Amino acid sequence: MTARVVLPGLLRDLADGAAELPVELEGPAPLADVLDLAFEPWPILASRIRDERGEIRRHVNVFVDGEDAKRAEGVRTEVGPQATVHVINAVSGG
Amino acid sequence: MTQTIVGIGTRKGLWLARSEDRRTWQVDGPHFLMSEVLSLLFDTRRATPRLVVGFRSSHWGPSLQHSDDLGATWVEHPEGSIRFPEDTDTALKATWQLVADPHDPQVVWAGTEPQGLWRSEDGGETFELNRGLWEHPHRPEWGEGFGGGAIHTVLPSPVDADSMLVAMSTGGVYNTRDGGRSWTPGNTGIHAYFQPHDEWPEFGQCVHKVARDSATPTRLYAQNHRGVYRSDDDGVTWTSIEAGLPTNFGMTAVSNPARGDSVWLVPIASDGERIPPGATLQLQRTDDAGATWHTQDAGLPKPSYTNVLRDAAGTDTHEEPGLYVGTRNGEVYATLDGGESFTRIVEQLPDVLCVRAVTLP
Repeated sequence: MTARVVLPGLLRDLADGAAELPVELEGPAPLADVLDLAFEPWPILASRIRDERGEIRRHVNVFVDGEDAKRAEGVRTEVGPQATVHVINAVSGG
Repeated sequence: MTQTIVGIGTRKGLWLARSEDRRTWQVDGPHFLMSEVLSLLFDTRRATPRLVVGFRSSHWGPSLQHSDDLGATWVEHPEGSIRFPEDTDTALKATWQLVADPHDPQVVWAGTEPQGLWRSEDGGETFELNRGLWEHPHRPEWGEGFGGGAIHTVLPSPVDADSMLVAMSTGGVYNTRDGGRSWTPGNTGIHAYFQPHDEWPEFGQCVHKVARDSATPTRLYAQNHRGVYRSDDDGVTWTSIEAGLPTNFGMTAVSNPARGDSVWLVPIASDGERIPPGATLQLQRTDDAGATWHTQDAGLPKPSYTNVLRDAAGTDTHEEPGLYVGTRNGEVYATLDGGESFTRIVEQLPDVLCVRAVTLP
């Protein structure tokens, strides 16, 4: 089964223009693993979303089937095998 | 015909001003739009000059990229140039300083937030954390200034490859004499009025910028949060040289590469009144290592309520050096006569964080 990681427009150049990245999952998996799989070919893209500790950056939000992962269990939030993961730049900055 | 390039790092990107005569300028940019450009290095030690830039996006975090064609194209290391090792449980916030090593043409030093010193042996593509400073027992007591806690000054000694000074606010000056294995605070004589329990501590001072004298490598100048000092023993002890200045507060200090005992400061009225003294944007220059100072404001706007941040001034490498000063209201002023007169070369940029310049043959 395939989960989808949907990228914000500002980051798509870092994935050769892809709007979303498919991730093959056999069952539920932690968000960290899903992001690792999705971004494995795109390490610079990965660094824009998570720091070197693996934490989601402060002004980046990741939603798993519409639920804000930071309000759930962060990168340990469970992702279903057909889930949609949205990566969105937070409404902040200047 | 030589070309001079002024790199202007701002809160919202990098601009490059180029000139063949240092009077008329062509400006291109922004590069890295919407990123704070905090550090720049023009590395002329290589066969092809390299521009290294440290910046951070409020959304996408810090990055470091280099260009071997002076800004036409940029390269980012796929694994990241500066990554804190896993055992530190720390994430990089920003690179505040990039400095060419005076002894090894492949070595570049970086100062970061949080307070890390890093060494690159491949011209700034990948860096290794200096463990001696990172594991210093004083680390838990180092503080964060308004902009964050960072190594903002990195001054390798031009005569001793094992000797280096770094500075942070708050924390103060630290020196190594053994190639970075051990570090000793060098703040004797620097007043810390904001620590009422001990106003002359071993460390914890709020040093804003340190500059090394161009003729006497063991002579240094420090602009502090209230206080201007000189060291004649390579950054171990300091004496006040603030007499004659309109104010002892400011952010930056720049050595005059053409003349020893000569340094520029850009005074700010006070920490509680961050405008130029008397609303007159000005530089203060000494030519006698701080014994006397004179005001330089010809060509600068008046009245003015803007400031110059700690890295927003720098000199080019021309045999008759130009000095370039960037303001928080997005202007850059140039002087080709040592500060006696200024000309505005850029305006209407975002607030300027960092200015570095180079003159290429």
